[in-house]
Amino acid sequence: MNRPLPEDPMVRRLIAQAKRAQLSRRTMLAGTGAGATALALAACSTGGGAVEAAEDISESDPTINWANWPFYIDEDEEGGYPTLEAFQEQTGITVNYNITVDDNNSYYATVRDQLALGQDIGADTVCLTDWMVARWIQLGYTQELNKDNIPNAANLSPDLQNPEFDPGRRFSLPWQGGFAGIAWNTEQVGELRSVDDLWSSELTGRVGVLSEMRDTIGLIMLNNGVDISGDFSADEFNAALDIFREQVTGGQIRNVRGNAYTEDLVNEDTLAAIAWSGDITLLNFEAGYEKWKFAIPEAGGTLWADNFLVPIGSPRKANVEQLINYYYEPEVAAEVAAWVNYITPVEGAREAMEAIDPELAENQLIFPNEETLANTAIFRGLTAQEENEFQAAFQSVLLGA
Amino acid sequence: MAFTAFSAAEQKVDESARKRSPIALFLLLPGVLFLVLFFVTPLISLVLTSLQEPVPGGFFGEYRQALNWQNYVFVLETYGVQAARAFGYAALASLFALLIGFPLAYFIGITLRRFPLLQALALVLVIAPFFISFLLRTLAWKQIFAIEGPVAGLANAIGLLGPGESITGTAFSVVFGLTYNFIPFMTLPIYATLERLDLRLVEAGGDLYANPATVFRTVTLPLAAPGVISGTLLTFIPASGDYINASRDFLGSTETAMIGTVIEANFLVLQNYPAAAALSIVLMAVILVLVAIYVKRSGTEDLL
Repeated sequence: MNRPLPEDPMVRRLIAQAKRAQLSRRTMLAGTGAGATALALAACSTGGGAVEAAEDISESDPTINWANWPFYIDEDEEGGYPTLEAFQEQTGITVNYNITVDDNNSYYATVRDQLALGQDIGADTVCLTDWMVARWIQLGYTQELNKDNIPNAANLSPDLQNPEFDPGRRFSLPWQGGFAGIAWNTEQVGELRSVDDLWSSELTGRVGVLSEMRDTIGLIMLNNGVDISGDFSADEFNAALDIFREQVTGGQIRNVRGNAYTEDLVNEDTLAAIAWSGDITLLNFEAGYEKWKFAIPEAGGTLWADNFLVPIGSPRKANVEQLINYYYEPEVAAEVAAWVNYITPVEGAREAMEAIDPELAENQLIFPNEETLANTAIFRGLTAQEENEFQAAFQSVLLGA
Repeated sequence: MAFTAFSAAEQKVDESARKRSPIALFLLLPGVLFLVLFFVTPLISLVLTSLQEPVPGGFFGEYRQALNWQNYVFVLETYGVQAARAFGYAALASLFALLIGFPLAYFIGITLRRFPLLQALALVLVIAPFFISFLLRTLAWKQIFAIEGPVAGLANAIGLLGPGESITGTAFSVVFGLTYNFIPFMTLPIYATLERLDLRLVEAGGDLYANPATVFRTVTLPLAAPGVISGTLLTFIPASGDYINASRDFLGSTETAMIGTVIEANFLVLQNYPAAAALSIVLMAVILVLVAIYVKRSGTEDLL
């Protein structure tokens, strides 16, 4: 019973399912004392067995609940979503677009108990970042997509077709991607080229970094010459973490934040930061001129993507497949990319963009060329043990002593 | 003395009436049900969670029921500093809130007693901040204290703040935020007691040749004690568990994490539910002990 599980994700998943089948009802009851009644009901509803995909009622229920991040789809002045409205007209499917994802970890924390019981989490599709999608797939919390319903999936950019967490893209398809790199206030700071430039004495106390471990530590590791997609060791991670800790305790780094790091840039608490590509474009758009500049460090930047997936308890998978298919039309993808300024995973969108705005078609942050991509890397998947260790070490810096 | 004797007698009558009436018990039912459902059940669940252990070789965030009391040792060793900081900040914030809230309550409850309109207006001013979300107000302070903001500029100019130093992200800004956010919770209970204060007692003190300071110390303050006690409790308890002000997204930094911040990180990011649960129980236990000592020391059990 206490043997460590094999590393292979498929085998781990099968074992976990088998274990859940034996344990679910008894442990659930024993585990919660007085609250057991509610949980017992929930346990019964899944039949006490392995979590299975919900029955599809798409035919009789033409709706989709889509959970996504803020500022992540094209909007018009009235706050409507033009591409989404066109989809609803075309298909007769009603889409409830909910901006409920603010952070991978906290979204997962809110739905994980329902997922484990195979219940509907109130979202038929949700867009999460690669490493979190990896966790969902590993735990069996996603439904396999039927590619026959998504012919446009053939438009998926070739370099995204076989990620390590989902070979052949059986369970997920990318929504948008982006880079983490460095950004600076051009009025107060000269050009920055590398992560080392963030540690210069002129910027003491005015540097912000992301609370997303894979981006902040990833950039430092790249700066140390480590290949973050490769099989790096815990020592290499810890070497980067030590640099991070030193800069935090030494007061060089002013704050470590999530998406709200943009506020610090705006009120000039920070003059330079580790940042996400699309945000800087949006900030400049709001400022009305190019006040901030974003660059991928010379040693390399991180590349990530957020992916569509269908949670295990959703009974409307076929509807979602129609939605994904629609967003994989190059013209539609170009329309979204023109607004959100992140990398579109759809081949042909660049040609479609030339019709909308030729200048944007040249934008490396939306349509990166080979050269740009060669200077970026995807943080490799972590084993459960590594995830535990690395996250705990990273958080210990954020929580101070 | 006569005053306390009278109130005690009144209480006795109340209690005996309550005991005899079955209707009172019936009326208690919804409250009891509520407590069982939303307090006792989660509490049991929390205790059980705090004793869980990770499944060997399991997934990230996978735990099973056990009697793993070492969780408590682990959290106390790892997060003792943040826990101590939380209680320190909360005590400071309660003290400052009292220093600001008491004069405010005195002014509204006693000085303004002759001008009911002004009194009502002043009360509205104390409550008004509640009309705006507490998150927004805290974020606003972050903007006001920003490095390029007016306050930091002034502090820099008069030499209070060295170059490269900032206001946000320090112990000062966190305690400030806590104090600011909890002032109404301190002021209102004190106001409620002072507002009912019989001014003839104060007058009588003066007639007996006590100077104003003595009258305040021996008459006003003891009569205001219930308000001060409940005000401090209403401030100290939530302030110790607060995770907003000290958060890196608001007025804090990596150096100001409080116990609430640690629980949040363990629950949401590290998926270390046993540690988060153990910390919550430690927080609850410490508050319970501190409050019991405080109430005992102030000798006001009967006033609560």
